[in-house]
Amino acid sequence: MRKTRQGGIVGAFDTPEAIIRAAHELRKSGYRRLEGYTPYPLLDLERAIGRGRSRIGFVVFPFAIAAAAVAYLVQWWTNAVNYPLNSGGRPAHAPPAFVPATFEMAVLFSALAACVILALWSGLPALWQPIFEVPGFDRASIDKFFLAISDRDPAFDREATARRLTELGATRIELLGTHPATDAELDERLNGKGGAES
Amino acid sequence: MATEPVFIGRPTDAELSDQLLSTAWRPWRRLGKIGFLVAILGTLSLFTGITLTVMYGIGMWGNNIPVGWGFGIINFVWWVGIGHAGTFISAVLLLFEQKWRTSINRFAEAMTLFAVLQAAMFPVLHLGRPWFAYWIFPYPSTMAVWPQFKSALPWDAAAISTYFTVSLVFWYTGLIPDLAAARDRAPTRAKRFLYGIFALGFTGASSSYRHYRVVYGLLAGISTPLVLSVHSIVSSDFAITLVPGWHSTIFPPFFVAGAIFSGFAMVLTLVIPVRSLFRLENVITKRHLDNLAKMVLVTCWVVTYSYILEFFIAWYSGDEYEIYQFFEARPFGPWAWIFWMMIICNAVVPQIFWSKKARTNLGVLWAVSLLVNVGMWAERFVIIVMGLQRDYLPSAWDVFVPTYVDWAIFLGTMGFFLLLFLLFLRFVPFVPLAEVKELKHELSHEEGH
Repeated sequence: MRKTRQGGIVGAFDTPEAIIRAAHELRKSGYRRLEGYTPYPLLDLERAIGRGRSRIGFVVFPFAIAAAAVAYLVQWWTNAVNYPLNSGGRPAHAPPAFVPATFEMAVLFSALAACVILALWSGLPALWQPIFEVPGFDRASIDKFFLAISDRDPAFDREATARRLTELGATRIELLGTHPATDAELDERLNGKGGAES
Repeated sequence: MATEPVFIGRPTDAELSDQLLSTAWRPWRRLGKIGFLVAILGTLSLFTGITLTVMYGIGMWGNNIPVGWGFGIINFVWWVGIGHAGTFISAVLLLFEQKWRTSINRFAEAMTLFAVLQAAMFPVLHLGRPWFAYWIFPYPSTMAVWPQFKSALPWDAAAISTYFTVSLVFWYTGLIPDLAAARDRAPTRAKRFLYGIFALGFTGASSSYRHYRVVYGLLAGISTPLVLSVHSIVSSDFAITLVPGWHSTIFPPFFVAGAIFSGFAMVLTLVIPVRSLFRLENVITKRHLDNLAKMVLVTCWVVTYSYILEFFIAWYSGDEYEIYQFFEARPFGPWAWIFWMMIICNAVVPQIFWSKKARTNLGVLWAVSLLVNVGMWAERFVIIVMGLQRDYLPSAWDVFVPTYVDWAIFLGTMGFFLLLFLLFLRFVPFVPLAEVKELKHELSHEEGH
């Protein structure tokens, strides 16, 4: 999950191959807090930064079971217990007739649960995120591939990490600021004065 | 003729993004404005029809006794069916890893959403007192009466509302990366702000994408049985009754096949003009159209087989009412020409798709797709009206004649559908940008670059 405070170094790459290779190399040299930002999903990058397959399916499954159980119980209780209706002589508790609504509710609630959990685990909605302040990041959704290294990474060292990223083929290196920034810092960054970071 | 690829040319990711996103901010030409005008007129006709129905009641429709299910249910079934191809393309073809689905899936899903929206209006209006529609939900009311879950109507309500909601979240989930791209590329501040809100702050982080991909697959996985269940449940509205021509176990698969058949035809009807108008020949290639036409041919044969089987079973059952329904009422009774139109449009015309030339000729494709849409509407008409017009007791027989309100609502839903679709084309990146870029990346790997 995303933290409100983010700091570190971001390197931009031109191709998916370059960022995947860079992530592999950094991981090999002991970097642990890596994050990629890419225009489309890259399975190899996720593996390279040390993330396994998502377990979201296991979290969604209980919602499907619960929704099906509740849907069946509601139908059984209303039609067979609370107010039994004789419909064409069919039994009050008619399991085959209760299947369609049970199935539909299982589908409905697993889809909704999947989306809500996806949003929560991705830290969305969060319309502003520190990474957006990185110059050129608006290309991350188009054709550039960004690799961020957190300053809380055990191997993090501002100078060395930046040099390493350049060696690995990053076309541009930027600092990921800390948030919340003070008003003065923000002003400085927006007006491009001072250049204290370089 | 060699098979066309699913992707033509080698644009850079940036060029491709600009091409596919620019539809959302390039000003529209005159044709688009005329389209909007037609759509708005249609929508007005729809709401006029609805107003008349709500003010004066179902008597404004052509429904009578015995034909209690006229245009209301015909149009409901027809529109729901059209939606099915959208889910089929986005979910089933995703699970089968069909690469050609990529550039048309969002488009087809939008068609699903808007078609289901049209469909959902009909059963509610058909209640006669649509303001009591909420009685279908099992809420603890002071009347202490519950919905009757042994009836197909609550199943319908559950199926249609689930179908709409799941299609919506599936569509939106797929849209998020492209909304983020639109946010980052939009020319004005207002547009950046709006797309920014809908993109929810998505960054394309690998830690999000790893959940995202699984959720997308999961939604496809649950949409697949869902799409099969929806039209099966709709067909149960008919199959669990005793009306001649309805009471048949073949109905669920027959309806699902017909739904996918009409849906693929509708995708063709929509995709051919859009592809030409927006110059998308490089991402929606002849290969896509060819494959869609093949799907139409396949489903055409499932439907044709069902027709043959329906006639066979009617004869084989020895039931005089079934025999009368299939061998007298349908081919020779009132409205028989609609029956013959159904046979010609659904079983005969699509056979032209055996020819590759026809499958890649835009004019032929478009004409056939329109005829299939007509044919599938005729099928709904034949099933509903013919069965009810000629049931068990000749003294109860009557003929169904639609009124101007029926036509205003039916044609109006087409206008409303068009309106929603044009708005979608206007404001939403309708070719899945992230997925096309991913596909391009995969294809370039296969070629060994």
